Amino acid sequence: MLLIRCPYCEEERPELEFRNAGEAHIARSANMAGESDDDFEKFFFIRSNPKGIIYERWRHMHGCARFFNAVRDTVTDKFVMTYKAGEPKPAKLPGVAK
Amino acid sequence: MAKAAAKKTAAAASPSVDRRPALAGRTTTATGVKVEVLPPAERISLRAPEASVAALSKALGLTLPKKPKTSASKGGRTALWLGPDEWLVIDEGGNDPLADCATVAALHSAVGISHRNIAISVTGPAAEAAINSGCPQDLSLDAFPAGAASRTILGKAEIVLLRTSNDAFRVECWRSFSDYVFTFLSEGARDAAG
Amino acid sequence: MSGAFRIPRAGRLSQAKTARFSFDGQSYTGIEGDTLASALLANGVHLVGRSFKYHRPRGFLSAGAEEPNALVQIVRDDARKTPNVRATVQELYDGLAANSQNRWPSLSFDVGAVNDLASPLFSAGFYYKTFMWPKAAWKSLYEPKIREAAGLGVSPDKPDPDHYSSRYAHCDVLVLGGGAAGLAAALAAAETGVRVILADEQAEFGGSLRFETGAKIDGQDGFVWAQAAIAKLTAMDNVRVLSRTTAFGYYAQNFVGLVERVSDHLKAPGHELPRERLWQVRAKRVVLASGAIERHMVFANNDRPGIMLAGAARTFLNHYGVAVGRNVGVYTANDSAYAAAIDLKKAGVNIAAIVDLRDNPTGPVIDEARALGIEINFGRAVIRAGGKLRVSSMTVQPKNGGGERTISVDAILMSAGWTPSVHLFSQSRGKVAFNDETKRFVPGTYAQDCVSVGACNGTDGLSATVDEAYAAGAMAAKDSGAKTAKGTKPKVDASESWSRGMLGAAPGAGPDTTVKAFVDFQNDVTAKDIRQAVHEGMRSIEHVKRFTTNGMATDQGKTSNMHGLAIAAETLGKPIPEVGLTTFRAPYTPVTFGAIVSHARGPLFDPTRKTAIHPWAEAQGAVFEDVGQWKRAWYFPRAGEDMHAAVDRECVAVRKTAGLFDASTLGKIEVVGPDAAKFMELLYTNPWEKLEPGRCRYGIMLREDGFIYDDGVVGRLAPDRFHVTTTTGGAPRVMNHMEDYLQTEFPHLNVWLTSITEQWAVIAVQGPKSRDIIAPLVEGIDMSDEALPHMSVREGKICGVPTRLFRMSFTGERGFEVNVPADYGQAVWEALWAEGQKHGATAYGTETMHVLRAEKGYIIVGQDTDGTVTPNDAGLDWAVGKKKTDFVGIRGMARPDLVAKGRKQLVGLKTKDPKVVLEEGAQIVEDPKQAIPMKMIGHVTSSYWSQNCGRSIALALVAGGRDRMGDTLYVPMPNGVIEVEVTGMVFFDETGGRLNG
Repeated sequence: MLLIRCPYCEEERPELEFRNAGEAHIARSANMAGESDDDFEKFFFIRSNPKGIIYERWRHMHGCARFFNAVRDTVTDKFVMTYKAGEPKPAKLPGVAK
Repeated sequence: MAKAAAKKTAAAASPSVDRRPALAGRTTTATGVKVEVLPPAERISLRAPEASVAALSKALGLTLPKKPKTSASKGGRTALWLGPDEWLVIDEGGNDPLADCATVAALHSAVGISHRNIAISVTGPAAEAAINSGCPQDLSLDAFPAGAASRTILGKAEIVLLRTSNDAFRVECWRSFSDYVFTFLSEGARDAAG
Repeated sequence: MSGAFRIPRAGRLSQAKTARFSFDGQSYTGIEGDTLASALLANGVHLVGRSFKYHRPRGFLSAGAEEPNALVQIVRDDARKTPNVRATVQELYDGLAANSQNRWPSLSFDVGAVNDLASPLFSAGFYYKTFMWPKAAWKSLYEPKIREAAGLGVSPDKPDPDHYSSRYAHCDVLVLGGGAAGLAAALAAAETGVRVILADEQAEFGGSLRFETGAKIDGQDGFVWAQAAIAKLTAMDNVRVLSRTTAFGYYAQNFVGLVERVSDHLKAPGHELPRERLWQVRAKRVVLASGAIERHMVFANNDRPGIMLAGAARTFLNHYGVAVGRNVGVYTANDSAYAAAIDLKKAGVNIAAIVDLRDNPTGPVIDEARALGIEINFGRAVIRAGGKLRVSSMTVQPKNGGGERTISVDAILMSAGWTPSVHLFSQSRGKVAFNDETKRFVPGTYAQDCVSVGACNGTDGLSATVDEAYAAGAMAAKDSGAKTAKGTKPKVDASESWSRGMLGAAPGAGPDTTVKAFVDFQNDVTAKDIRQAVHEGMRSIEHVKRFTTNGMATDQGKTSNMHGLAIAAETLGKPIPEVGLTTFRAPYTPVTFGAIVSHARGPLFDPTRKTAIHPWAEAQGAVFEDVGQWKRAWYFPRAGEDMHAAVDRECVAVRKTAGLFDASTLGKIEVVGPDAAKFMELLYTNPWEKLEPGRCRYGIMLREDGFIYDDGVVGRLAPDRFHVTTTTGGAPRVMNHMEDYLQTEFPHLNVWLTSITEQWAVIAVQGPKSRDIIAPLVEGIDMSDEALPHMSVREGKICGVPTRLFRMSFTGERGFEVNVPADYGQAVWEALWAEGQKHGATAYGTETMHVLRAEKGYIIVGQDTDGTVTPNDAGLDWAVGKKKTDFVGIRGMARPDLVAKGRKQLVGLKTKDPKVVLEEGAQIVEDPKQAIPMKMIGHVTSSYWSQNCGRSIALALVAGGRDRMGDTLYVPMPNGVIEVEVTGMVFFDETGGRLNG
């Protein structure tokens, strides 16, 4: 069971309290109804599924109930960092060479 | 804000029917730990932005805590920090926090949940171990001191946990989970005693 | 006397405390503190099992958890028959009853032993090669026969009456292993005041100090020091000491699973004790002090009962006071076996000879053995053991060939050296490194915050071990936040020291193809099997392992892995590191399902959710159905009624007078804030801004892809407050869906969501008499049609308690849903029931609710929809706000495929024969005479007998359904084709007049 740092609770908490919520930083269009078929396809169906660093949404479901973002390495399964929902992708990742 | 609902859900003057709380009177006693269902209390789920906290604190008569995993208590009323804009307010003194919030003009949401939750107390030197039978959080006094509060997990149910003193906890859960939670805590208590 | 092989004054057990036990029905006497193994050996019993594949007689190889052979069934009673218990681990209690396994009719005469004679048939890869052809024979013949023959022990056929518990624990320093290294590390860490957990799989701490008589620490015998150390640690508040506790799995971020065997060693464990306790420990630092495991020598017939590891024989002697034989041979490539020979000799046991594969080793133990007059043969090999049910001789030959000599023995002690136990380290994803000098895999690159100390780290010698462990314990404490240490390091006054040993097959292991020189005892893998695997093309050790099954038994190759690897490497002509080491996986030793399941059985398997009104329904004899975790009243049978009769009666009664229904399980969410309506606009297809406070609307929620996700009636209580209802099963996910959009897509909205599902008990009162039943109990609400029209909501009181009273209908009748605070639910129900009795009302359950709504064509999300149904498909276009510019699903709904012609649409179906009730899920075709596979154009989603309509009714998803009104379609079933007519979805009261009836 992983420990996940909740950026709102400001501490690491057991994975059982959390739920994954898919890939992060996929913005919903402000003009949803006007999206083209291609743009909607990209928005709704296409996910990056990288080997390595992935940006994910998690929810501290059974804790503070907040959604937040996480950077995780799909190879090591390790969380690199977490940050609050709405914050931009971190420019620098601690301990990750770019 | 929220007046329409608040004034009508204030405590009824004279119900012609009896109140039947879930699990009323259930207790389990084991060496070093006692698990018992607590009497009904008034409760609200309070949601508010930072800017409203001062006004709500004033109306409620206690300072709403802003630090994660903490609570504040005064005059039979306790406010538990559950999230950055969420508090569980429990009143055991017979006063109605919903009515108090109804006087506040600042932006907020107060919803009565007195009947949604059941409270179970777990007390005694083995209380921490009993709860750790199904709760994965570190409940040592360093990590979870008296006054600490958190929504978390017990087995397969969600609970809200409040440490009322070094060896006493209040466990809140939803009504229909209370049988499960009480049974789990009772098993945990028997094992913690062993 | 507790056995003829018990040596007076040897061992640490008190001869006074005897315990009776039985093995295969024969009674014996042992001593408290014995394991089943030591007690049997004390009585001269070596033959305890038959091997897995060849059914060869087997005895004890070891004295500990690595035991591959001595697996027995412990029988406490009918329901407690635990198979595959290692006799070397099972502690003796008075009355213990054990049976041998994998033999028939008896242990000494086993019919299955013909497999041994037929062994050329059962060579490596046997299963892969033999059962390939004919293909059909696999299922009918081969698999059943193999399953019958395979397996060890017999599973109990009754539910496990024991209970198991679990505990989450957190600590600063977790020390795994309680030998000298673990104790030193634990002391160092504990003295700093940090939280320490120390676990050891044995009943007593001390590890190899249990048999190493040459160890002295702090002026005391090593084992005595260990007991003092553990007493000191146990007395400390910051330390938890767990004996009989195996660390079975090392997971991410220092999360370690331990199983504590709480009562398997007790004669009559009280029911208050769990059998086992699962500890899930999160540690800041882990100290691995898991020791080393001795390897056997690989030579012909090295599995005969009486042949065992030298260290095991020493443990049996020095701890349990048991001699493993009277005339013992020793075969070694390593000094440690000399210590065993010396101890036995001093205890009065004859040592027939020591056979040492090494050419001219020197050292104090060799000198001491020689001084004791023991015959020592250097540069020689034991090429085979004689005897069958018990070893009777060893045949010795110079290792490079020459004359044979056979020596009579009744036991052989062997040691090829010691393998560091890197299992937990490997599980932690650490990478092992091969030390070419010592021929050992030792911890190399660490992946987690842990450190290995002592024998598991390849550290030789007690002094170096204690130094290393004490320093590591202190460092682990410091790293986890300790301020200062104030203890003193234990001082090692004397210790034993051993040289290296060997890997792989000894000269007696072939190449003779009929020779059985075992590498893996539990899976009956020989040196020849491994060579054969390489000859047949296996290159990686992972392939060799799977082809031969070496190391794949429940002992996970604790004694066999290194030998297997060395033989494969030698055959391949490659250095060992290039062949690789197989990955160690959890569990280290087998873990019971009981411990894993722990509390989660019976009432704690899953929460069973009951409504406030449940006790009333139960008292009325309701039959319940499971809806998710909820128990819901399904129907209320009266005397003599079956389900059909009850449902027919309930259905008619609701439409004739009235019915009461417990709708408490419906999800309820209070949406509060100045932007509440804006939020509702975005989450539902319907328009909300203009909904007047006090009115309700049926809402549809979509996912972004345009498919129906949930539905429910929503009441607006105030401009800034909505009372939203969801489906019962959808409640949690709808709340999550709404929170997701609110927090991450629309965080600018000032609105909050609170689940009030359990705040309110909900009593649906439906039927022409519903208002008459409710009105007398209500205060402060005008119940007239003008003041409270269909689809409205009021707050007031009922029976003196607050209510949110909804005028709404899921039956098509005049109807109400009375929300009251949950603790009042049952009492208000009873009051309404009493009123209802005056009008002939019935209580009805979910089945009647389903029939009545189907009569009206009201859909149930999840039954009539399946996640691929749009509002248009469901005939609910009217609920989509046409002027809205945004809501979740608005774009998805417009995708080309979702607006294409010919989509499946919800329609009604009437069977041509009104008595025939279709099966839900049945497929629909246009032409029943077409060839199979037929083209299926839809399926039945809901189907019931409707007593109110006097016929069967059904809803179905049919391609282009709404253009097929009046068409005849066909439902092919096993008993014939059913003709149906496509109709509208409303079967009863098409004009809807009864809503105000």
